[in-house]
Amino acid sequence: MCLAVPGRVLDIREQDETLMATVDFGGVLKDVCLQYVPDIEVGDYTIVHVGFALQRLDEESAQQTLANFRAMGELELEFGDAWGRAAAEAGMPRPAGTTNGEEKST
Amino acid sequence: MKYLDEFSDPDLARRLVEEIRATVTRPWAMMEVCGGQTHSIIRHGIDQLLPDEIEMIHGPGCPVCVTPLEIIDKAMEIASRPDVTFCSFGDMLRVPGSDKDLFRIKSAGGDVRVVYSPLDALKLARENPDRQVVFFGIGFETTAPPNAMTVYQAQKLGIDNFSLLVSHVRVPPAIEAIMQSPTCRVQGFLAAGHVCSVMGTEEYPALAEAFKVPIVVTGFEPLDILEGIRLTVHQLEKGEHRVENAYQRAVPAEGNPAAKAMLADVFEVTDRSWRGIGMIPQSGWRLSERYREYDAEHRFDVADITTQESTVCRSGEVLQGLIKPHDCSAFGTLCTPRNPLGATMVSSEGACAAYYLYRRLDAPAKREVSSVG
Ligand code: SF4
Repeated sequence: MCLAVPGRVLDIREQDETLMATVDFGGVLKDVCLQYVPDIEVGDYTIVHVGFALQRLDEESAQQTLANFRAMGELELEFGDAWGRAAAEAGMPRPAGTTNGEEKST
Repeated sequence: MKYLDEFSDPDLARRLVEEIRATVTRPWAMMEVCGGQTHSIIRHGIDQLLPDEIEMIHGPGCPVCVTPLEIIDKAMEIASRPDVTFCSFGDMLRVPGSDKDLFRIKSAGGDVRVVYSPLDALKLARENPDRQVVFFGIGFETTAPPNAMTVYQAQKLGIDNFSLLVSHVRVPPAIEAIMQSPTCRVQGFLAAGHVCSVMGTEEYPALAEAFKVPIVVTGFEPLDILEGIRLTVHQLEKGEHRVENAYQRAVPAEGNPAAKAMLADVFEVTDRSWRGIGMIPQSGWRLSERYREYDAEHRFDVADITTQESTVCRSGEVLQGLIKPHDCSAFGTLCTPRNPLGATMVSSEGACAAYYLYRRLDAPAKREVSSVG
């Protein structure tokens, strides 16, 4: 979780008086808060940490970092199936009520 | 052969390694502060590409590893309550408390959720007004601003069934504590790039001056790390001690002013305990007076938790760079990622796990740069 992953801003909207965006991390789409980089625009690349954009980044560096993170398995660590991974590491079954990938929000 | 070919630009990597080799005239020990950098160094074999004179000491910059056992046990206590939905990042699931972890609480039917962002936890609170939703707020200066914003929003939106279990830590006081230790061997620092994306570089010149130590702001990719090492070695060989920024594409000198302003509003600096290291003055944050009602430690009665540290685990010494993981007698035997005795074996950013994962079961064999390519 201490890494920050670069992604491309696809759209910008306001939600509860907060700037939010959909950001594309090499195919994985996430809601991201833009309050800390308010002048960012659609199409820009930004470094995102735990759902918050922290700085703008140029496209070339962003693409290179994404490719490197993918090769290192970092994207899977950041966006993948945390319960499944924890279950495999613990040598225990996946806890009831968890699904592969996104958890249901209720 | 394998290692340099894995770099995104093997030729540049080779040139950087060669320049480092040509510059070094005597032994130097430098510390990479961030656990992400540790992972990258071991994963890409950077320590093995370096000349023998350079020793990389792994720093305490893994937020999962340094969260004190007392806070982990408080998290277990809160997460076990039937009226609580406990939210955390995925890498906290298997961090051992005194007698259980979040994974086991979930397996036993507890309501533990993995979220990608603290805002997801706030959303859960909004959608479930009859539940107490608690978010486990750990991490350094990179993670603290998102959590600060979440508490700010909870107050703004009047969501009062949300709270934060806070264990945020700050890098500069840790650097100070490491340099003040009588056993300190660190002669230069690779500072954590994304911490500086938020905080900028202003906190570091005073440290570089006080301890006569070079501090080079460094990114996470293999080439970034080699460049950070190259600049640090140049300074060391010339007897200099400046702050340099080798990660300018993501780190402006002033950092992120909006994030810093939010931090200053929602949090205040406080003393914090680091797992394995102990109390470091002024090294953490807690919620400021105005937001204290969102502090899970105040909301839930967890003041009297007593903790039981493993007597075998030497992660404190690993975190301070005093020993390497394989110097611990439990490494790879009693302690593995499946049965971790300490947090440094759990997190993928922890030094013990990185050594285990990449089969550094004993002292690394040196790799000749000339055999590469
Ligand atoms: S190998 Fe395990 S027991 Fe030893 S220091 Fe690392 S985490 Fe602790």
